[in-house]
Amino acid sequence: MRDQKLWTWHLAAGAIILVLLGLHMVIMHLDALVGIFNPAGGHPIDWANVVARGQSLAFTATYILLLGAGLFHGLYGLRNILFELDPAPPLKRALSWVLLLVGVGLFILGTWAAWVGHQVASMT
Amino acid sequence: MVKDRGHPNRLGIWGWFGGGSWGPDRYLYSLHRVTGLGLLLYFLLHIVVTSSRALGQGAWEESMARVSGPVFMLGEYLVFVAFAFHAINGVRLLFAELGYGIGKPIEPIYPYRTCLDDQRPWALGALVLIAALIVVGALDFFVWH
Amino acid sequence: MSNGNLPEQIVFRIRRFSPGRDKEPVWKEYRVAYEAGMTVLDGLWRIKESIDPTLAWRASCRMGVCGSCGMLINGSAMLGCNTQISELASSVVSVAPLPNFPIVRDLVPDLQLLFDDHAALSPYIIRADSAEQENPTGEYYQTSKEMETYLQFTYCIKCACCMAACPTCATDALYSGPMALTQAHRYNTDTRDDGFEVRKQVLAGEAGPWRCHFAGECSRVCPKGVDPAKAIQFMKRQLVADALGLRKKRPLAPLLKKPEGIQRRPGIAEAPEPTVG
Ligand code: HEM
Ligand code: HEM
Ligand code: FES
Repeated sequence: MRDQKLWTWHLAAGAIILVLLGLHMVIMHLDALVGIFNPAGGHPIDWANVVARGQSLAFTATYILLLGAGLFHGLYGLRNILFELDPAPPLKRALSWVLLLVGVGLFILGTWAAWVGHQVASMT
Repeated sequence: MVKDRGHPNRLGIWGWFGGGSWGPDRYLYSLHRVTGLGLLLYFLLHIVVTSSRALGQGAWEESMARVSGPVFMLGEYLVFVAFAFHAINGVRLLFAELGYGIGKPIEPIYPYRTCLDDQRPWALGALVLIAALIVVGALDFFVWH
Repeated sequence: MSNGNLPEQIVFRIRRFSPGRDKEPVWKEYRVAYEAGMTVLDGLWRIKESIDPTLAWRASCRMGVCGSCGMLINGSAMLGCNTQISELASSVVSVAPLPNFPIVRDLVPDLQLLFDDHAALSPYIIRADSAEQENPTGEYYQTSKEMETYLQFTYCIKCACCMAACPTCATDALYSGPMALTQAHRYNTDTRDDGFEVRKQVLAGEAGPWRCHFAGECSRVCPKGVDPAKAIQFMKRQLVADALGLRKKRPLAPLLKKPEGIQRRPGIAEAPEPTVG
C-alpha cells in the first residue's frame, strides 16, 4: 500500500535532482562554456577546485541533498523495475531490504565524505 | 484448469522493448529506463570514488588518476548523454504523468486522437533540446578543452 | 478503399496451439482467395470452413462491439473483425493469440486475469446510501459537462488488446493493467460515485498505476479510442494529490426527485409497465 507515497516522493526527488544535478553537470562538464565554481581554473576535478567548493557550506549541504534524493530516486526506480519482473514475495522482501541497506550505507558514506571534506577544505 | 494445460504466452523482458505497435513513445520509455539504470550504476560508484576527497589531496588525486584516460573520458561523456536524455525526457514525463499536456477526455471519433498526439510536440521539443545538449556537451568534452 | 495492389491470394500464418498435444505453439500456413471487403475474421472463417475445421478462435458480434476477437495481427493487437485485410497492405497476414494471457487453444486467450483485475477495482457506482441504490426513488443529477470527464473511458469493450500491448503486462502479473485502471478512473471521476477510498485500497499498492511508464502502447492499439494511457495519467495526478493531502473533494451528485404536481399533457400515452423487477 506504500507505492502511492513512494512514487510521489520519486517524482519530487526527480525535480530536486533536476536542479542540483543540472548545476553539477554545468560545473563539471560545461566548464569550458559556462565555467562557474571552478575558481582555480584548469579542470573542475583538480584538487584546488574541489577544495574551493568544499569550503562552502551551501555546496556541502546541497551535495548531501542530491545524494539523498539521487539514491532514493535511483534505487526506488530500480526496485520498480525489478518488481516488474514479478519475483516471488520473499524475494521481493529480500530485494527491498538489500536496496534499502545499500541506499542507507552509501548515504552515510557520502554524507561523511561531504562533511569531512568540508572540514578538510576549510583547513586548507 | 486452463492455466494448468495452457501455454503462458507472456512476452517477458522482450516485451519491455518490443511488441505492441512499436510507437515512438515505446522507444522513449526504453531509453528512459536504460539511461536511468546507467546513471544509477555510475552514481553508486561515483559516491565511493568521490568520497576519497575526505582523505585529503593525495587520496583524491590517486583515485582520480585511477578513473582517467580515454575510456573513462568516453564513459563520462556517455553519463552526460544519459543525463541529458533522462533529465529532459524526465521533465516531460513529470508533467505528462501528472496529467498535463495530454489533452482532455474527448469523444472518440474515428480516426481516434489519443493523448500521444497531444504529447507529440512536447516529445519532439524534448528530443531537440536533448540533441542540442548532447552536441554542446561533445564540444565541451572533446573540442574546447 | 481500393485493393488494387493486393494479390489474389492471402497467406495466413496462424500460431496454433492445442493443449495436451503441443508443447509450444507452432506456425501453420493457409492460403485463402482474397475478396473485396474481407476482414481478418472473414479469412479465419474461410479457413475453418474449407481448409481446417479444427482452427479455434473467439468472436461473436463481428462488428467491433463485443470485444471477443482481439488477436495479434501482423504483430499488433487488434480486433479480427474490425481489421480489413486491405488495411494491412500485405499479402501475408500473421495471426497469433493475444500475448500476456495463457492460451486456451489456438487463437483463444484465457482472459480470466483481465476480469479478475477488473473486478478487484470495484467497477461500479459506490455510495453510502445503499438503500437508495437498492430501491431508487429518483435519479442522481449529473450535468453533461460532468459526464464528459469520463464518457470516453466508458467505451471500453474489454477486448484485452491494451494488456497485450503493454510492456509492463509482458512481465508483471500483479499489475492491474490499462483496462482495469481505466475503468477504475472512469468511476473515480463519475460525480455519482463516492468509491475513491475503496478503490484506493488496491490502487495505492503494487497493482496501481505506478507500474505505468507512459509507453503509450495501450492508447495506440485501443480499437475504440478509449485512450487508457490518458486515464491512467489522470489517475496518477489524483492519487499523488491525495498522497499530498491536496485532492479536491468534489460534491456528490444529488438525488433528483421525481417532479411532483405536474400534469401530463393530453394526448401523451402512459409509459408501458416495467417488464423486469
Ligand atoms: C560524469 C560526470 C560527473 C563528474 C565529473 C562529477 C564530479 C564530481 C566531483 C568532482 C565531486 C566531488 C565534489 C566536488 O568537487 O564538488 C562530485 C560529487 C558528487 N556528485 Fe558528481 N560528477 C558527475 C556526475 C554525477 C552524477 C550523474 C550524479 C548523480 C546524481 C552525481 C552526484 C554527486 C554527488 C551526490 C556528489 C557528492 C558526493 C559525496 O558527498 O560524497 N555526480 N561529483
Ligand atoms: C535529472 C533529473 C531527473 C529527472 C527529472 C528524473 C525523472 C524521472 C521520472 C519522472 C521517472 C519516472 C518514470 C516513470 O516511472 O514513468 C524516472 C525514473 C527513473 N529514474 Fe530518473 N530522473 C532524474 C534523474 C535520475 C538519476 C540521476 C538517476 C540515477 C541515479 C535516475 C534513475 C531513474 C531510474 C532507475 C528510474 C526508473 C526507470 C523505469 O522505471 O523505467 N533518474 N526518472
Ligand atoms: S467479434 Fe465482436 S469485437 Fe470482433
